[in-house]
Amino acid sequence: MNREEFQQTQEAPYKPLTHTVSWLKKNLFSSWKNTLLTIVFGIISYLIVKNSIVWIFFSADWQVISANFRLLAVGQYPAAEVWRLWICLTLSSVLMGLSWGLWKGTVAHLTIAMVGMYTILGCLPFVMTETRIWLLVNVVVLVTAYVIGKNRPKLKKPLLIAWFLMFPVIVFLLSGFGVFNHVGTNLWGGFLLTLLISLVAIVFSFPLGLLLALGRRSKLPIVRWFSIGYIELIRGVPLITILFIAQLMLPLFMGHGIDINNVIRAMVGFTLFTAAYLAENIRGGLQSIPRGQFEAAESLGLNTAFKMTFIILPQALRAVIPAIVGLFIGIFKDTSLVAVVGLTDILGIGRNIISNPQFLGTQMEVFLFVALVFLIFCNMMSYASRRLEVALGVGKR
Amino acid sequence: MKKLSSSTSPPFWRDKRVIPILLQAIFALLVMLLGAFFFTNALGSLKQMGMSFGYDFLGKMASFDIGDKLIEFSSTDTYGKAFLVGILNTIKVALIGIILATILGFIIGISRLSNNWLAKTVATVYVEVFRNTPLLVQIFIWFYAVFLSFPSIEKSLNAFGLFYFSNRGTVIPWFELTPSSMIWFISLLVGLFLSYIVWKVRIIKQVETGQRKYPSFWALGSLVGWGVITWIFTLQSPLLLSVPVIAGRGFDGGYTIGPGFGALLVALVMYTASYIAEIVRGGILAVPKGQVEAAKALGLKSPTILRLVILPQAIRIIIPPLTNQYLNLIKNSSLAAAVAYPELVGVGITVLSQTGKSVEVISIVILVYLSMSLFTSLLMNIFNKYTQLVER
Repeated sequence: MNREEFQQTQEAPYKPLTHTVSWLKKNLFSSWKNTLLTIVFGIISYLIVKNSIVWIFFSADWQVISANFRLLAVGQYPAAEVWRLWICLTLSSVLMGLSWGLWKGTVAHLTIAMVGMYTILGCLPFVMTETRIWLLVNVVVLVTAYVIGKNRPKLKKPLLIAWFLMFPVIVFLLSGFGVFNHVGTNLWGGFLLTLLISLVAIVFSFPLGLLLALGRRSKLPIVRWFSIGYIELIRGVPLITILFIAQLMLPLFMGHGIDINNVIRAMVGFTLFTAAYLAENIRGGLQSIPRGQFEAAESLGLNTAFKMTFIILPQALRAVIPAIVGLFIGIFKDTSLVAVVGLTDILGIGRNIISNPQFLGTQMEVFLFVALVFLIFCNMMSYASRRLEVALGVGKR
Repeated sequence: MKKLSSSTSPPFWRDKRVIPILLQAIFALLVMLLGAFFFTNALGSLKQMGMSFGYDFLGKMASFDIGDKLIEFSSTDTYGKAFLVGILNTIKVALIGIILATILGFIIGISRLSNNWLAKTVATVYVEVFRNTPLLVQIFIWFYAVFLSFPSIEKSLNAFGLFYFSNRGTVIPWFELTPSSMIWFISLLVGLFLSYIVWKVRIIKQVETGQRKYPSFWALGSLVGWGVITWIFTLQSPLLLSVPVIAGRGFDGGYTIGPGFGALLVALVMYTASYIAEIVRGGILAVPKGQVEAAKALGLKSPTILRLVILPQAIRIIIPPLTNQYLNLIKNSSLAAAVAYPELVGVGITVLSQTGKSVEVISIVILVYLSMSLFTSLLMNIFNKYTQLVER
């Protein structure tokens, strides 16, 4: 070790120390009140953290999660057909990887988080070899697609179209429609069902919400009052009542002959519910557009349809994207309510597991695991929404 | 000339006066057709199941009992009264929930802006965790993993001999009325009025003389003095503390919080508080920095700045979103159906499963929630008007 290195190692710990001390003094012990606050919060958080760590690593029985991992993930989906789910995931990995290469920024962060998640899942001790292989394939696909997409800006438009086509493709692959063995929606369960219900609600509520928002601002009184009535009625009652309406009254309304199963009913309920909230968000965006834009469009001789599609809506929707993402986070969380009406989403499965005498006394483990899954996904989405807000410059112009 | 004008006037389907009417007529027709389709189907299905539509079941005897109730109810009472019990339970959980969530939310929201790093971090973690997990999952955690996981009554945990935790409910010390409670209550009103007068007089004197007259201390002192006088007259305390004791298979005294109610309340409060905290934080951040600097320049201390300068201005921004959160809390209380707490939806489900009157029961539930939402909005709008900036 030469002299210079020696000095560095000697000085290195010294500098951060004063820094730490001054930081501590400034942020934790600046006055006696602050010190008291620090001590109180310190004791509370010490107790919570210590007890949680002890519980997580020593007394919790995580066996229940590993034994039921499949159920929690895909519910009763037949094991022989699970490859179709993997194909869906791989397809979305392709698109995700391409998007990562094309747009970078927030998409890149999210994709890296996904790669991390797949890797962690793949390294878990209890997953099957098949799962490991598929996860590895997904990671490879993500990275390859990234490399392919990196220098091809021309791909942007086809990629957007591909994203829109993803939904029908997924539905097709999941249920089979004659090409593969049919898997009824009553077999969709676990986290798969949670994802699907929120996806359906998002996709189908969008046109409905858009129409309702336009209807609410329409000059035609009947249309306007109908939209107001619908939106306020839905927003005034709890989601659970709407789910009950969908479960109990939809079959009544549809008459016999048309048989709709539980899952579809819940999806209809969610779509109708989301549309009302989405309409209000979009209306907010429409109201933020200055009058001059409307007048300019009219003076160009555009009719209402053209004015809306080409001038007003692009601006209005752009202004409310963060709010819409926020709404979708809420809907994603709310899908857990289907457990109350007897569906087996991830929470419903969790409730079934704890009533199994084999896993007695594992309520905390099961529900904390469910909470963790939601926490990870919601955090990722809200992170994306925050970044999007900055990127779009909403409220900054 | 006449011919020309007639040829330029458009045909009626392109007339600007006719188009809106036509469009609306088509829309109304479609909606009515859809409605008629649903209606006839519903009638047909009901007939097929051998049921009729009507609310006369409300007067019939409900043959179930309700555990948690605020008014007398037994299995011989009517379905109508069962609904009333449910509505009262909803109001109970909503009212307590709103009060507690507001307090907790304000504390956390202010902590998020604290200078203290630890307080700030703890508050941030709290908000992130509770906002990003579904409410129902939180309710299940509290219900199945906490309240139902307490030991049985005989082995119940107890804290300081005052609080007991068992899987049949949590028992806390509660107050019991004494014969002189009424006198104390009236005396309290008089005392509050008196101390208000004292406070006002001291304030006026302080303004007149420019010297500190300690109005708050005087007001408090006079209230305590009045209390001593009442004590001398009644020689009895206003309320008796009833401390719970284990008596066989139950508890004697105290107030029992059932596991369903406890789980629902705790989850609702903690979940809503995380949203309120964000609203409070946003409201405080929206107060212009100059206001705080000006207050500091006047030599005010930071708690005083918070109380007199920041909060009155922030509250105007906070109230509209806060109203939304209150409405959400009321609506979310319907999740009690999942933990067997008999509020409106819970009672509704029981009635529904007994009578099969799905349309009627759901319409009652919807009506009650709509009127509760309207009432809350009305109250908050009045409060909002009261705090609005009075401009010229």
